[in-house]
Amino acid sequence: MFRTAVRTVLAHRTRLLMTVLAVMLGVAFVSGTLVFTDTLSNAFRSQSAKSYDDVAVAVTSAGDPGDPEADPGVPQKTLDRIRALDGVAAAYGRVDGFAGVADRDGKLIDGAFGSPKGSNFAPGEDGRDPAYTFTRGSGPLKAGQIALDEGTAGKGAYEVGDRVRVATNGPVRTFTLSGIFTTDDGEVKAGGSLVLFDTAVAQKQYLEEGWFSDVTVVAAPGAGDEELLAAIEPLLPASAEAGTGRELADEQAKEIESGLGALKQVLLGFAGIALFVGVFLISNTFSMLVAQRTKELALMRAVGATRKQITRSVLVEAAVVGAIASAVGFAVGVVLALGLRSGMSAFGMTVPPGPLVVTVTPVAAALAVGVLITMLAAWLPGRRAAKIPPVAAMSSVHAVATTRSLVVRNSVGAVLTAIGAAAIVWGADVGGDDGRIRVAGGAFFALIGIIVLIPLLSRPVIALIRPLLTGPFGVSGKLAGQNAVRNPRRTGATASALTIGLTLVTGLSVLGVTVGQALDRATTDNIKADYMVVMANGGPLDRSALSALEKADGVSAVSPQQAVSLRIGGGGKDGADGKRGPDDYVAASAVTPGAVEQVLRVDVVRGDLGSLAEGRIAVAEKTAAARGWEVGTDVPVTFADHEHGTLTVGAVYEDSEFLSPVVVATEVADAHEAKPYIPQIFVKMDGGGTAANEKVLARALGENPAITMMDHQDIRDQFGGMINLLLNILYGLLAMALLIAVLGVVNTLAMSVFERQQEIGMLRAIGLDRRRVKRMVRLEAVVISLFGALIGVGLGVFLGWAIGQTIRSSIPGYELVLPWDRIALFLVAAGLVGVLASLWPARSAAKLNVLDAIKTD
Amino acid sequence: MVGSLSISRQECSHVTTTAHRATAVAARATELSKVYGHGETQVVALDRITVEFRQAEFTAIMGPSGSGKSTLMHCVAGLDTFSGGSVRLGGTELGALKDKQLTELRRDKVGFIFQAFNLLPTLTAMENITLPMDIAGRRPDQEWVERVIDMVGLSGRLHHRPAQLSGGQQQRVAVARALASRPEIVFGDEPTGNLDSRSGAEVLGFLRHSVRELGQTVVMVTHDPVAASYADRVVFLADGRIVDEMLAPTADGVLDRMKAFDAKGRTS
Repeated sequence: MFRTAVRTVLAHRTRLLMTVLAVMLGVAFVSGTLVFTDTLSNAFRSQSAKSYDDVAVAVTSAGDPGDPEADPGVPQKTLDRIRALDGVAAAYGRVDGFAGVADRDGKLIDGAFGSPKGSNFAPGEDGRDPAYTFTRGSGPLKAGQIALDEGTAGKGAYEVGDRVRVATNGPVRTFTLSGIFTTDDGEVKAGGSLVLFDTAVAQKQYLEEGWFSDVTVVAAPGAGDEELLAAIEPLLPASAEAGTGRELADEQAKEIESGLGALKQVLLGFAGIALFVGVFLISNTFSMLVAQRTKELALMRAVGATRKQITRSVLVEAAVVGAIASAVGFAVGVVLALGLRSGMSAFGMTVPPGPLVVTVTPVAAALAVGVLITMLAAWLPGRRAAKIPPVAAMSSVHAVATTRSLVVRNSVGAVLTAIGAAAIVWGADVGGDDGRIRVAGGAFFALIGIIVLIPLLSRPVIALIRPLLTGPFGVSGKLAGQNAVRNPRRTGATASALTIGLTLVTGLSVLGVTVGQALDRATTDNIKADYMVVMANGGPLDRSALSALEKADGVSAVSPQQAVSLRIGGGGKDGADGKRGPDDYVAASAVTPGAVEQVLRVDVVRGDLGSLAEGRIAVAEKTAAARGWEVGTDVPVTFADHEHGTLTVGAVYEDSEFLSPVVVATEVADAHEAKPYIPQIFVKMDGGGTAANEKVLARALGENPAITMMDHQDIRDQFGGMINLLLNILYGLLAMALLIAVLGVVNTLAMSVFERQQEIGMLRAIGLDRRRVKRMVRLEAVVISLFGALIGVGLGVFLGWAIGQTIRSSIPGYELVLPWDRIALFLVAAGLVGVLASLWPARSAAKLNVLDAIKTD
Repeated sequence: MVGSLSISRQECSHVTTTAHRATAVAARATELSKVYGHGETQVVALDRITVEFRQAEFTAIMGPSGSGKSTLMHCVAGLDTFSGGSVRLGGTELGALKDKQLTELRRDKVGFIFQAFNLLPTLTAMENITLPMDIAGRRPDQEWVERVIDMVGLSGRLHHRPAQLSGGQQQRVAVARALASRPEIVFGDEPTGNLDSRSGAEVLGFLRHSVRELGQTVVMVTHDPVAASYADRVVFLADGRIVDEMLAPTADGVLDRMKAFDAKGRTS
């Protein structure tokens, strides 16, 4: 039986080629992803193990520099005590934070990985810091010196002795480059930038003089890590934690691995789509093979093969095909993994070197996925093969698909689709998270149901397309349209790949574009400022930036949106009002009175926003209602420095996504905060957002490369960026589905051309020229593709609408937007799939020898 | 042999006199050769055949299997290329034509009836009949098409698909299609080969009728003496050559002639 199966596979190798390709693609993605992530995590693991090689114990402080009562970190005296311990060869205090390096044009040298970092150079007694190896120059020892990592120095073309502008949270300062170093630090290895300062400079910048945030301890020969840890722990302040180097290396490796997890999931998602869509292609191929071999199979039944044996023979064929495809797919997957690794470095991510890691898991996964999926897909065709009666061997006609089986199929499909659609509508009606779960479940049923129903849908939908064919393409178009509906089951299975792909992509495009436009509108409606000034690393701005902007030429209004720690209730930890608990913080921000309404839209419902200047607060409507506040209500509060006070409500405004529920004047907040936390400053200028104005602001801020001025477009892009990234990933998925769809259409057409040889021969004999034979086949492919695409687009729009309904309450100004341009593009892409897929079958149809084709046998 | 009948004007000019008819040739093969393969494996399918098919004449080509009768028809109909000699169809020399021109020639000047797989299953009977005109992008001559349909007796079944028609009915659709575009010549390749004798007789009757009443030229390859007896003339082929010809054949006469060839073949 096995031999027969292998022979059959070999005999139909061209037909099975597409199946092999489809399985191969999926397997290649699965194994490529696994090999790639294994290789990468192995490289990072050895990398981080290396960077903690010399570290016996590492101390990390969890101190909060903003809290005046707590220790900001580990003090110098603790470090000295650690150094004095037995078994400690050396201990290095570290302190780090944000530090952006400007290139010669004043632009930030962007680290591709993480945010640009600054740290201190901590020389030991020998004058060397073991964490850094200087290739040129030496470490910074004076206040005006810095050192740069090799990559950053290279990007800025800086040499030792050059003047380098460095931005931290405060103003930009210029330093002299004392040296260039290499390091085993994971982030720097991965392409991040690192500036080393003199220890005192770094401490002042990031913490407080005499304090460190981390300490690394090197053991003397013979001293155990665990003993050292035990000796060090009692010396530490309460806010600091210590661990051995090995523990930290493991922790870091784990972190990196979980970071890779997201990438792994995306890639496996691609593989999943490829395989899911591939199932239809495989199943279709085997159905066609079985139909083609009806006589042969009937003969086997006639000479004594049991039904079971027939089914088994089909499954064995599938297993052989799956095994071949898996083997090839695995090889392709390894190549893919290598390509991905070099691709990452092409995007500026430096992957630490390491061997290609091929474990048993990807090999096993490749084989299991490839063989099982193929066999699963061939199961139904195999059962159908077993039902061929022995007498079919004697009759000359091909077994025609019975309508009875389609009746069963249609009923099942209709029920599934109805359940799915009902669940989707129900979910859309309920809304929120509960609704989304219902929509997701419904979508699953509806998609399966539609795919089951797709043969039934082929006639009416293609009938819609048909007038487009007969008009411009005459008889070829007419014949193509009719050929496309000849075998609805086959047409449906072929179109399914596109339907699945386009359902996903259309649904998410509708959603993405809808949400994007809603956010766009919200941004335009709510932000009246011309610029939003932020730190490039997302950190807080220094107060100096605010005063610099206030003084800049042409600025008509400036207001920060400053985070304020405000606790409601003035009676200390127990809550004197007795109503609310001790942790009753409100999200509050400090703004500049008189300017805030010029930079942000504030719709005052009651009271007067001008009263902010008098020390009153403004409250959003919903918050006011929830807390029972009105204009004039006195609210007892506790400030960041634990002082109590009373604030009076001066105004109530409509809730806005861009304004905190409680707003105070900066003067009120600043009186109680040592270091204000300013995430963003809004600026309105005379003349609006122009290049000249932007330059004025940049100059006012001291050409600080770490500060970004975002205009309206930038703000919109920032919000839309995530959505676009997500959509682009999805378009990658669509490309995958399209690729498989091409294979499916090629397969179906090749089979159809083969079956219709005599017909094509007759058409050629009575005068259809080769060109129009080609066109006929090509149009059939286009019709099938468009059919699949139309169903997908329809279902996708429906799903997009339903999911949109469930999130509409959380998005201001939500309004369904159908991205017609994108949908049109999808349909064009589907049409191209048809044209592309038909190249080869159309050629072989046109090349048919008329005499051979019309010969009856 | 001149039809009794009302024929359209065009046909009238063809059939006004027997003298004219005798000289008007629809297709002519001269010294036609067809050789397959090279050297020792060379097979001569047609060996310098010269034959004429006159207008408004029903010719049957007969001969044993492998005699070259189908090859002769394919070459004259522009379906196959030939190795030597020339074929003229109407006023056109086929030897010089490219595939595209041959296709157009077949489309405009030739009608075909095959043994089987004659019709497109997706089209209705009517659509099948007008298919050659659809391909050519011409409007069918409605009156003429109706006449042809009347003749083959399909009026009631025009909107059926081939699968809903009997074998005989399907072949009648094929005859109607071959005639509907008023080709200069209709070729039939064993047109009754797959039919029972009654349906076969009907189809042959239509073909003879189209020749007598409509002035159509028909050339048919067959191995059935009864089918051949419907023709005006029978040309006998053996080993790629024309070995005999019979005018006003009868089934018995044709059978006798065939037997004679068989006997000759066996003794020589």
